[in-house]
Amino acid sequence: MRVMAQMAMVMNLDKCIGCHTCSVTCKQAWTNRSGVEYVWFNNVETRPGQGYPRTYENQQRWQGGWVRTRSGRLKPRSGGRLKRMFTIFANPKLPSMQDYYEPWTYDYEHLITAPSSDDIPVARPKSLLTGEDMKITWSANWDDSLAGGNEITAGDPVLAKVSEQVRQEYEKTFMFFLPRICEHCLNPSCAASCPSGAIYKRSEDGIVLVDQDRCRGWRMCITGCPYKKVYFNHRTGKAEKCTFCFPRIEIGQPTICSETCVGRLRYLGLLLYDSDRVAEAAATESEQDLYAAQRSVFLDPHDPTVVAAARAGGIPDDWIEAAQQSPIWDLIMKYEVALPLHPEYRTMPMVWYIPPLSPVVDVLRDTGHDGEEAGNLFGAIDALRIPIDYLAELFTAGDPAPVRAALDRLAAMRAYQRRGNLGETPDDDIPASVGMTSDEMDDMYRLLAVAKYEQRYVIPAAHAEDAHRLEKIATECSLDYEGGPGMGGGGPYGQGPFGEASGTPVPIQVETFDAQRSRQRADSLTEAGDPAQRANLIDAGGAGSRTGARPQKDPAGEGGDVTGPGVLDINRDQP
Amino acid sequence: MNTVHVLLWVVYPYLAITILIGGLIWRYRYDKFGWTTRSTQLYETALLRWGSPLFHFGVLMVLIGHVVGLLIPKSWTEAVGITEHNYHFMAVFIGTVAGFCTLAGMVILIARRRFTGPVFAATTRNDKAMYVFLAAVIVLGLWNTVRGNITEGGYDYRADLSPWFRSLFYFRPDPELMTSVPIGFQLHVVAAFALFAFWPFTRLVHAFSAPIGYVTRPYVVYRSYGTRPRPSRPGWEGPPTLPTRSSSRGRK
Repeated sequence: MRVMAQMAMVMNLDKCIGCHTCSVTCKQAWTNRSGVEYVWFNNVETRPGQGYPRTYENQQRWQGGWVRTRSGRLKPRSGGRLKRMFTIFANPKLPSMQDYYEPWTYDYEHLITAPSSDDIPVARPKSLLTGEDMKITWSANWDDSLAGGNEITAGDPVLAKVSEQVRQEYEKTFMFFLPRICEHCLNPSCAASCPSGAIYKRSEDGIVLVDQDRCRGWRMCITGCPYKKVYFNHRTGKAEKCTFCFPRIEIGQPTICSETCVGRLRYLGLLLYDSDRVAEAAATESEQDLYAAQRSVFLDPHDPTVVAAARAGGIPDDWIEAAQQSPIWDLIMKYEVALPLHPEYRTMPMVWYIPPLSPVVDVLRDTGHDGEEAGNLFGAIDALRIPIDYLAELFTAGDPAPVRAALDRLAAMRAYQRRGNLGETPDDDIPASVGMTSDEMDDMYRLLAVAKYEQRYVIPAAHAEDAHRLEKIATECSLDYEGGPGMGGGGPYGQGPFGEASGTPVPIQVETFDAQRSRQRADSLTEAGDPAQRANLIDAGGAGSRTGARPQKDPAGEGGDVTGPGVLDINRDQP
Repeated sequence: MNTVHVLLWVVYPYLAITILIGGLIWRYRYDKFGWTTRSTQLYETALLRWGSPLFHFGVLMVLIGHVVGLLIPKSWTEAVGITEHNYHFMAVFIGTVAGFCTLAGMVILIARRRFTGPVFAATTRNDKAMYVFLAAVIVLGLWNTVRGNITEGGYDYRADLSPWFRSLFYFRPDPELMTSVPIGFQLHVVAAFALFAFWPFTRLVHAFSAPIGYVTRPYVVYRSYGTRPRPSRPGWEGPPTLPTRSSSRGRK
């Protein structure tokens, strides 16, 4: 037994209202740079729907994840090492820009500079790839809330797996939102696909990261990831992916998407697992057994032998304590309401989901029944095969039993708590009917409904002895990065001899900060001295210096303090 | 032996090789982040799928051909019983096929680069200059193979050109050997060394990061942040030092 710790997330889908706050704050924090306009480390998909990029779940087409060979071993679905080496010059299974969408901005400047005329000037959409006029035909949430109707929904690869009759009814009846980030898998197929060895899993907290200095742009990881959560920065030629906000996690703060989640539906915490058993569990023969196999890899942090092994493996005591208080352990192992997304990809994903009960409740309410009554709910969960089958294709490789069990528990909790709420005598039969005690049910209710910040996010900070190395702790000057002003050198962006993408990467928060500031203060879409053929609209916001990684005092000296919003102007909004 | 010969066939090659090696080391230290293929496959796949493998596999075959032709002395191949005629026939045949694959691939890739909007927009001046050198070397090489060997009936570069090339590596360069080499081959050599000197400063550096280690590596890589190495510093400067009074005053 080799104990390792994994930072994991659970999302309670019942609470997601599809407001996209997580996506927007994530984008603002990580991908508001040029080259990653189309990159959404966090996105919220409407289900049923095609997802982002379109139909990414169709692994027959995209070849992501692992397959079990006849000899019972795992190999990436897109091929083993040799095959990958032979296809390195042109990856045959890479999604094109059209499978995401062509990023664009608007020519806002025209609104102000257009000559006087009878017609109101319009801001035309301009491609961020070519700078030419373009027609907008798709974007990250084009099919939000079932927009586009059956035509688009019919392209959902998950829906294609459930039966025809179920499919049609489903489209009429159900909809829910699925927020997605990188799964930070225990058995990451993106890392396995990387010829350069640039993608690694951190041994302390299991976060999967791309080493930007080692990535050579072979783009195999994009094919390898079945969730299509590794993206290609088309300006720097490097892969980028969700970082689980590691600079925040290292100092005990939740990820940005969790922090800003309006519905408070995200939970963060540690799980201990036996890394020696991961490969064996991921190679479990039947796809439907993978959910159970993955659970069997997790180790009970309350078990003294596990604690001893964890200590022996160098996991600090406060981390073990955090693992014992982890809401993730409770939701996955104790209450058994959280399920993995697509375990059949055999990557052992570590962002899990509590399936939504609300579609069932909605149907009951719409058909004139009491949607909160235990008997009605249990009956409906069984009778409404529609959501169960669909959810099972998402979470348990098609096995309806775990989904039904999870929904039963959520339904029981709803009915049980309502009785309490209305002052009726608590009915202990309700928890018993789903194999729980009333105390457990109370605890689960508290965790799902009223848990405070500290209970939802149990994140042990990285250790002080490492602190000077951690990105977010400013024991070293935050501008002392390679070639930054603290080093007295010219920054790599814009000044490097090989153009803007050369040199060493600027710490992301410095770059983001400066890019945003530059955009807010710029006076024109066009940067003076920009090479003409290079799209000068390339910055995500359209205005400002696209290379503004290095803080520069504005010459007028106006707004010398760097935190000020600058001059307010209507054409500064992002598209 | 006059000065021009010494300059062309001794000073120039050594200079180019020095720039190649020094440039690679410097670029690696300064610009790990910029060391990438800068793939444009995301913008356009249909043409790339043909052009890129055609070019790359072609150029790899050409590389193997050069290794055999330049580094293995004629006496060795004759010792194992390959006659000059057979060797010549094989070299010309394989070389021509590989050369045309490379050329065709390059034509497809350059056309794609020019006529696909986003790809053209992502093309830097450095790229364009690089293509000029690369195309010159490839076209001259193929021209020599086809014209010198097929239409004009054979030139044995292993009698003079190859020994000269090897003499560079023994550090006993013999420019005399190059005087009898036809002008086409001479131009090919000059262009090639120009390309070598330019190499470290272009996107071609990705050739030096061919991921050979992948074949033997375990699939999943673990790394600890506890052992994260301190980032190296750009260029030649060495590790950072705290700014002192005099240095910060002098920097202005």
